[in-house]
Amino acid sequence: MKLGANLSIGGSLFLLAVAVGILAPWIAHTDPVMDANLMMAEEPPGREFWFGTDAQGRDIYSRVVHGARISLTVGIFAQLINTIIGTALGLSAGYWGGWWDDFVTGLTNLLLAIPSLIFALAIMAILGPGLTSLLIALGLTNWSFTCRLARASALSLKSQSYVQASKVLGYSDVRIMFTQILPNMLGPLIVIGTLGMGGTILAEAALSFLGLGIRPPYPSWGSMLSEARDQITTAPWLSVFPGMAIFLTVLGLNLLGDGLRDILDPQSRSRRI
Amino acid sequence: MTLLAVEDLRIDLTGAESRHVAVDQVSFSIARGETFGLVGESGCGKSITALAIMGLLQRPLAVGGGSIRFDGRAIQDLGQDELQRLRGKRLAMIFQEPMTALNPLLPVGRQIAEMFVLHEGAGWREAERRAIDVLARVRVPAPELRARDFPHQLSGGMRQRVMIAIALACSPDLLIADEPTTALDVTVQSEIVDLMRELCAANRTAILMISHDLGLVASMCRSVGVMYAGRLVEMRSSADIFKAPAHPYTRGLVASLPRLGSRAAAGQRRLQEISGVVPSIADFSAACRFNPRCDRATEVCRTDDPVITALPGGGFVRCHHHG
Repeated sequence: MKLGANLSIGGSLFLLAVAVGILAPWIAHTDPVMDANLMMAEEPPGREFWFGTDAQGRDIYSRVVHGARISLTVGIFAQLINTIIGTALGLSAGYWGGWWDDFVTGLTNLLLAIPSLIFALAIMAILGPGLTSLLIALGLTNWSFTCRLARASALSLKSQSYVQASKVLGYSDVRIMFTQILPNMLGPLIVIGTLGMGGTILAEAALSFLGLGIRPPYPSWGSMLSEARDQITTAPWLSVFPGMAIFLTVLGLNLLGDGLRDILDPQSRSRRI
Repeated sequence: MTLLAVEDLRIDLTGAESRHVAVDQVSFSIARGETFGLVGESGCGKSITALAIMGLLQRPLAVGGGSIRFDGRAIQDLGQDELQRLRGKRLAMIFQEPMTALNPLLPVGRQIAEMFVLHEGAGWREAERRAIDVLARVRVPAPELRARDFPHQLSGGMRQRVMIAIALACSPDLLIADEPTTALDVTVQSEIVDLMRELCAANRTAILMISHDLGLVASMCRSVGVMYAGRLVEMRSSADIFKAPAHPYTRGLVASLPRLGSRAAAGQRRLQEISGVVPSIADFSAACRFNPRCDRATEVCRTDDPVITALPGGGFVRCHHHG
């Protein structure tokens, strides 16, 4: 029963976040940037402002809703870049072996040795804040786990007899990788990709919190937290709601990843039977 | 006309500080449309000989000497690209385990169709249609439906039929069958063998059949080579080898075949066996490699390496005491 619960709770939370992000312009009450009203600054949550207002009198609810767009865009696309880089490097390294494998393994270990947030910070510092820089910084720094997974899967899959058989049938290396190996490692890749997405959203929040992510006045959950930290005792709603949004989205992604793993991992499936 | 000529083939097993010869002095040839069988115990070198022919030996194994010529061209001299074009199109191979030799995630029809796309540049739609024709040729019932099945939905015999369909899709010149029926039960075994023989005869595809089952090989192949510890010890036509096996090892193999209706099968007489085990690759002696297990071994067998002796009626034997 627990299997289904993970998947459905995680999936619903994530889908809810995605839906909020897509529907943001329609469900937000005010414009998240322009509708500042200093007369209404730091109103606590109430009937008019569900989540309260910030120091400039902007509606927190509308900003959280719009922030979903940025957090999810960065989370999904940066993680997609990570997955593509990690899979391409890991799969080819595991399959070909030799000096290429040594090179990729070395690169992966190097990346694992540097705290990825510090590395991302350095890239952001060079590129400057902004959405594109965020995608590049987070997309280039978190592929090492995917790469290791892909390499390990490729190593075990390449000795499977159907891979050997396709070699005998005249398949080229690239064709073997795409038609025989990649499809058979997709399950674990999806799981680690989903789990990694939560991490990427957190990393975006961290970068924005440190002022290197999305530039104010545009709302991202991390930058909202950053702006709220001075008023955390006087106006806690400023930090609680974006914090909750991050928490629920990342929790949803982690539950979804666990749920997917239970479904896609043949061993846990056989345990169930 | 000779299709495949293996001349004095040697295969080395190179370790970190040692080198062993896994296969040597192996020579045989197969003409277009002919059937040839290689028989021997596990580890005698028959499968690596097949891999060498496909150009697929991987470290630590490598061809150490001799030549393999396919249709006049030496396999060792071909580049990877040329080998890739040869494999699957002109040189095909069937494996022992039909359970695992198919990609579990693709429908079998697509796996057959891939051969046409890969080797004949067909479009996917046309390839899928031709795949159904091929499935019908290997007598898979309801081929349109089976083409959409995944490997786990098929029985072992069906999967081996699919493997044959894939191997024969492009009408290759040579089919190497490495223990093609070992994993199947006996009734299915004979169906598969009949099917292979029939399809290959229709396409004039030559067969190199590898098995430990002398009976099976003899029923399928015109001539048979018996391998022992990395060498061919006897090569004859199937009929001769059964009638008058010349090498003591071959004699042992023939005697150890259970025969239906004979007293052995009825439990009256013990089934013959060959005592002892195959020597390990590191212990190949300079003398006759079969002498520790041979009941006719004399002093000369323990000191001298037997040479090849031609036999009347074609073929040869490698033994000091043949005949």
